Amino acid sequence: MSTQQKGLTPGKPPIWNDPHYRALFFQVLLIIGLGVFLVYIVNNTLANMEARGISTGFAFLNERSGFDILQSLVPFSADSTYGKTFIVGLLNTLLITALGIILATILGFIIGVARLSKNWLIAKLATIFIETFRNIPLLIQIFFWYFVVLRAMPSARDSLSIADSFFLNVRGMYIPSPVTGDGFIFTTIAFVIGIIAAFIMRRWARNRQFATGEQFPVFWTALGLIFGLPLLVFVLTGSPLTWDLPVLERFNFAGGTRIIPELLALLIALSIYTAAFIAEIVRSGILAVSHGQTEAALSVGLTPNQNLRLVVIPQAMRVIIPPMTSQYLNLAKNSSLATAIGYPDIVSVFMGTTLNQTGQAVEIIAMTMAVYLTLSLTISVFMNWYNAKMALVER
Amino acid sequence: MRKSVFLGLAAAVMFGTSASADTLETVIKNDHVKCGVSTGLAGFSAADEKGDWQGIDVDVCRAVAAATLGDASKVKYTPLTAKERFTALQSGEIDILSRNTTWTLTRDASLGLNFAGVNYYDGQGFMVSDKLGVKSALELDGAAVCIQAGTTTELNLADYFKANNMEYKAVTYDTSDQTIKGFEAGRCDMLTSDQSQLYSLRIKLAKPDEAVVLPEVISKEPLGPVVRQGDDKWFNIVKWSLFAMVNAEEMGVTKANAKEMKDSKDPAIQRLMGGQGEKLGLSDDWSYNIVSQVGNYGESFEANVGSGSPLKIGRGLNALWSKGGLQYAPPIR
Repeated sequence: MSTQQKGLTPGKPPIWNDPHYRALFFQVLLIIGLGVFLVYIVNNTLANMEARGISTGFAFLNERSGFDILQSLVPFSADSTYGKTFIVGLLNTLLITALGIILATILGFIIGVARLSKNWLIAKLATIFIETFRNIPLLIQIFFWYFVVLRAMPSARDSLSIADSFFLNVRGMYIPSPVTGDGFIFTTIAFVIGIIAAFIMRRWARNRQFATGEQFPVFWTALGLIFGLPLLVFVLTGSPLTWDLPVLERFNFAGGTRIIPELLALLIALSIYTAAFIAEIVRSGILAVSHGQTEAALSVGLTPNQNLRLVVIPQAMRVIIPPMTSQYLNLAKNSSLATAIGYPDIVSVFMGTTLNQTGQAVEIIAMTMAVYLTLSLTISVFMNWYNAKMALVER
Repeated sequence: MRKSVFLGLAAAVMFGTSASADTLETVIKNDHVKCGVSTGLAGFSAADEKGDWQGIDVDVCRAVAAATLGDASKVKYTPLTAKERFTALQSGEIDILSRNTTWTLTRDASLGLNFAGVNYYDGQGFMVSDKLGVKSALELDGAAVCIQAGTTTELNLADYFKANNMEYKAVTYDTSDQTIKGFEAGRCDMLTSDQSQLYSLRIKLAKPDEAVVLPEVISKEPLGPVVRQGDDKWFNIVKWSLFAMVNAEEMGVTKANAKEMKDSKDPAIQRLMGGQGEKLGLSDDWSYNIVSQVGNYGESFEANVGSGSPLKIGRGLNALWSKGGLQYAPPIR
């Protein structure tokens, strides 16, 4: 018996037969192979570019750019470097992506809920909205909003105006910009304090509700803390804020903040297009929550409003969030269509003008690809974190 | 289009070997010249109603096809935006770039390209709407300007406004077609480009009379055909195809009289009409083919941008050196 057992117990196999080492060996081999391939590609690229007399390297980033950019969130002039054009383009891309995501989400939720409305007209209008904007290519929509709307706008001289402080014309939208005076810092501090106080209050209210069952008007109190407190401080410190109004000069408006039509057109097109998809995701999420949940909630005495807020939406969110990630990623990547209407995003400014002035295609395209990759991965990571937070916690 | 151009370059520099290909050999093998042109600029390179490309830049490509393949029609055109043009040439997608391209030091020295001469001497100008009542570019402080991305125009404009202490807003589009649409929609007060282009864009407006081209010329824009660096044989062929057209005009050889001129007693004309091809690696009737099929420089100019065209641009700087212009070709001998 003991001899039999001895015969069956596998001794330590030789290292080349050990499945563990074997797997490791092939993985290392693959990595080395990939590494060699990469090194070969990079070297071959450099050698070929050298042979063809094409400049290489990143030294161009420190050279003077010599051109101007329509919209820049940081100070930029023709004297700035090519490196700065990268920053300007990147910020413009981030701006359109952030604004687009916020707008598309809000609009998408509204339309998605509207499509489930019991009101026949609202539901049908939402359906028409979704089916129209989801099924027309985005580039065409961008051109539509840009050229058709641009042409419908009046010239600078006969701008549409609201109260002589908001203007809309073919050059864009002009809005008054706030100029803060002395003591405005107190209002800012009050705002921050208000937000912190609101969080503390919410936690206190929740603990009290768990302990005693008594409810507290959290929403209205928070609103008062976040907006009421700073407003009070603002008035007490003597309203230290003035508005810089846009004024018509020879060619254009001066003063105020200008929103260029390229940004407006791109933002409208991107958010409407993405909102149509988000609306369908929201609808499917809400429909995924079984009706029994609603019936149960109502039977324990929750109001329909509470049912929506506390029972349906939290469960629907679990279905909604994962596909939302890919919509956000799409929006970020679609923002590169900006180049079609001259919105100065990274593709238009950096991969366009800068590439053409320097001719360093390989470096510039690699940098641009890295930007989109980083942006997309960041959105993914954030959404995965949010998804994990919202996921069903099984006890 | 753009993606394929950049992918082409990536593939060429990543996987290609560094031996420079013989362009002439490739052209003869393919039996056509691959020529990069604009996306549509009347007079320089634009497709007519039948879909045939016409223009002074197109004629350079046709001349090269006549010289190398004996048939001016053996050209394959690739329309390119300003942004795509150099990449397309670097990657080998085209053999010649003949697309109103300005010759500058940076482009000549750092893009791996060679300029094969100047087929049009131009300068940057401004076009404004008649309604503004502007007489000079110096009155344009604060104006919004429509420009095409990836051009020397963008740089000259910044320099000009800075030198004159003026402000402006640059609205940058991909194609010249978009710039004129933006201008027409009132997105900008003025459009800036090479003067020749301004005239060609102006006739695209619904009401061309409502736009005026200002007299200022703010830069030198020598436009010419471009080839890849490292293939001197091909470089010579393109260079001398252009020179042959200019020399033909100087000697009075035209499309119509080319055949008679072949028997001319003048040794200079004899050299132009045959006998020098071998040195370029071409057949002996290379220049005869150019003149008889494409015409001389003057004919090409008048038919495409001059009196025979809707643009009606005067010869000006582009007259022969003997007539007060800058067009001067080295002798064929």
